[in-house]
Amino acid sequence: MISIPVEHGLLLATILFCLGLLGVLVRRNLIFVLMSMEIMFNAVGLAFISGGSRWHQADGQIMFMLVLTLAAAEVAVGLALVLQLYKRFKTVDIDIVSDMKG
Amino acid sequence: MSFELILFYTASAAALFATVMTITRLNAAHALLYLIASLLAVAVLFYLMGAPFAAGLEVIIYAGAIMVLFVFVIMMLNMGQQTVEQERQWLSFGIWIGPSIICLILLAEVVTLLVNDERMAGARIVSPKVVGALLYGPYLLAVELASMLLLAGLVGAYHLARPLNEKDKKAEAE
Repeated sequence: MISIPVEHGLLLATILFCLGLLGVLVRRNLIFVLMSMEIMFNAVGLAFISGGSRWHQADGQIMFMLVLTLAAAEVAVGLALVLQLYKRFKTVDIDIVSDMKG
Repeated sequence: MSFELILFYTASAAALFATVMTITRLNAAHALLYLIASLLAVAVLFYLMGAPFAAGLEVIIYAGAIMVLFVFVIMMLNMGQQTVEQERQWLSFGIWIGPSIICLILLAEVVTLLVNDERMAGARIVSPKVVGALLYGPYLLAVELASMLLLAGLVGAYHLARPLNEKDKKAEAE
């Protein structure tokens, strides 16, 4: 049985990460920025899993689980920030809040 | 090209297409549908790479729990009289076709994998048992740190999402 080449898994993870980064840089809607960050976390998890698959070790899956908890905590705080932003400014455009007060 | 590689490249193509569609949609609800399809495609990739436990976690936590948070927030941002009309417009028939096709392709892959289970069950699979043993052995400190991170996320989200009190409203008015 031919196993999946690790280079292709890492290449896919890189492309997904770049797409997520592009989304963060290009989109101005805060919800889309958070979604793109999820894509980036997911790409990192894919890289860990393909590494773990290449060396037949469980460490890749453990690192994926830690990335998962990080993503969950990040998205909870991020979405709370979205709600607060919408309450104060009636918009989710992040360019509106680029000015500081004072 | 082997049977397994074909499945791998199909799922990769599905993940890439769904991700590109996610970051180019104008409507957040449509983007979420494609994002869920992309996460499911990555879950199939995990299964193909011999990590069935990670694939399960990806579906349950990413495509389940985290995406539900997104849905809640998108729905909470659109309160008002026009909400019903807006949802009818969002969930019109044409929107479902793209994500549904991707999900059907992935379903076909999973069924193929399950039917050919004897062929796939190689020594490559890292079982959940090994993962659990490592998690509560050498990685115990990391598990504790992750739990504290989740607690901090919980407290932070609760604090940030509270309703505006009088002092904040006064500061806002100035």
